Amino acid sequence: MTPVVAEDSSVASSEAGVNVKPSHRQPAGLDLTPQPGAGTVGTITVDNPIMSSRDVNVYYGDKHAIKNVSLDIARNQVIAMIGPSGCGKSTFLRCLNRMNDTIESARVTGSITMDGRDIYDRRQDVVQLRARVGMVFQKPNPFPKSIYENVAYGPRIHGLAADRVELDEIVQTSLSRAGLWDEVKDRLANPGTSLSGGQQQRLCIARTIAINPEVILMDEPCSALDPIATARIEDLIDELRASYAICIVTHSMQQAARVSQRTAYFHLGDLIEVGETDRIFTNPRHKLTEDYITGRFG
Amino acid sequence: MTELTEGHTVKGYDVDLAGLRIRLLEMGGLVLDQVQRAVAALAGADDPAARAVLAREEQVNGYDLRIDEDSITLIARRQPMASDLRAIISIARAVSDLERVGDEAKKIAYAALDSGGKRNTKLSAQLARDVRHMAHFAASMLHDALDAFDRMDATGAVNVARRDTELNAEFQSAVRRLVTQAMEDPRRLAAVLDAVTVLKALEHVGDHAKNIARHVLYVVEGRDVRHEDTNVLIAVGEGK
Repeated sequence: MTPVVAEDSSVASSEAGVNVKPSHRQPAGLDLTPQPGAGTVGTITVDNPIMSSRDVNVYYGDKHAIKNVSLDIARNQVIAMIGPSGCGKSTFLRCLNRMNDTIESARVTGSITMDGRDIYDRRQDVVQLRARVGMVFQKPNPFPKSIYENVAYGPRIHGLAADRVELDEIVQTSLSRAGLWDEVKDRLANPGTSLSGGQQQRLCIARTIAINPEVILMDEPCSALDPIATARIEDLIDELRASYAICIVTHSMQQAARVSQRTAYFHLGDLIEVGETDRIFTNPRHKLTEDYITGRFG
Repeated sequence: MTELTEGHTVKGYDVDLAGLRIRLLEMGGLVLDQVQRAVAALAGADDPAARAVLAREEQVNGYDLRIDEDSITLIARRQPMASDLRAIISIARAVSDLERVGDEAKKIAYAALDSGGKRNTKLSAQLARDVRHMAHFAASMLHDALDAFDRMDATGAVNVARRDTELNAEFQSAVRRLVTQAMEDPRRLAAVLDAVTVLKALEHVGDHAKNIARHVLYVVEGRDVRHEDTNVLIAVGEGK
């Protein structure tokens, strides 16, 4: 079986606005420039991606945390990032809304574009970027405010509501889409922290979608939750993908298999394999992927 | 197949998978022996031997139930993925093929018992040879299919699939000879029908051997080739 390596990645990357060396400088058929995603098994590109990363490297001081990762993020789809601890999956996720900017020693090279525009451009407003690329964390972290205020805060500072009526509407819609409205509609003034863990996580998801993001990043959103709360979040993720692109980092392979349409396997900073979830979990191509998902790691 | 069952971080997983594999091979050995003994009982008109084959059918069914149950438990407890998942699914499929090989052995054993009353209408020497030859052929296919399963050997599996075409041709020409005999001497009709039953049973044994070979290719290549013809099987087995 021959591994399919990043078909047409050069074409896709030039469309995505990445500088590809002009090919007329080299004899035809002898392009020695490594292609983006050359080290990855599977197809890194998708049609009409919402985000594209090309040759992304992340260094934390001397530590090379991510190595030449090229990967497209598709619209209306869930992509799961899996791999052992320290493989770089969370680091990669954090590149997508520049959360690594907050880490002093972190350095990011390569390009990440959203709708064709470089998100690491100096003119990029990071607050705006994070409004378009929202994030849900491992531990639910509601603000120490009321349930209502947790959701209303974002739309208010981004000026998304003209008046109180509109704001009320955004709060209700967001809580409904997060599957929380019926449980909290009679106690919107109660503190967010008074909710159960699963409810708090759904509150955080409501808070994220209240500002109309296009991409939602989730960093192990269920690892602090029980199986029932986890199932509710997974069901929610499946509903949300109709409206958003979702990238989820998870330690649970079963969860990746349940919620995602595409899966990316990271190992020691390399993107080893990416492909349809249905295939990755039944017939992965790379030995490292196989070993990890069958539980033969280490 | 050992590399398929070994190497999990959780050692108990290795033990569960190895146990499943060993029981499948035990069952394979048992049904192979059933086929061979049934054919020998038929050839030797040995009623007690035929009854012994029928009595052992219960053991075959016991393996069938046990392996099915263990596969289900393993799926529930370990949530197998990738090659592990394919191996377990293939074991579950192979079990049902082996169980049906056991049924074919039973049919041959019944034919051996029935033929006791018709000794005066014994098959011609040519037909006895046909049965012996096909029995040997089908049994060696089953043996090799089990061997390919044990070693997860794609080449061996493809060879089994190839030979099934040959076995089918043997069956066709044996049936033609039987029809000729029946036309020549209609008093032999009952014996001829018995012989067709036996030959058909042996042809089915070959089909199940081929199915087991397909399960091997599914584990090794990750492609479901159950409804593909032999040429596709050969291409897949050769990694094309």
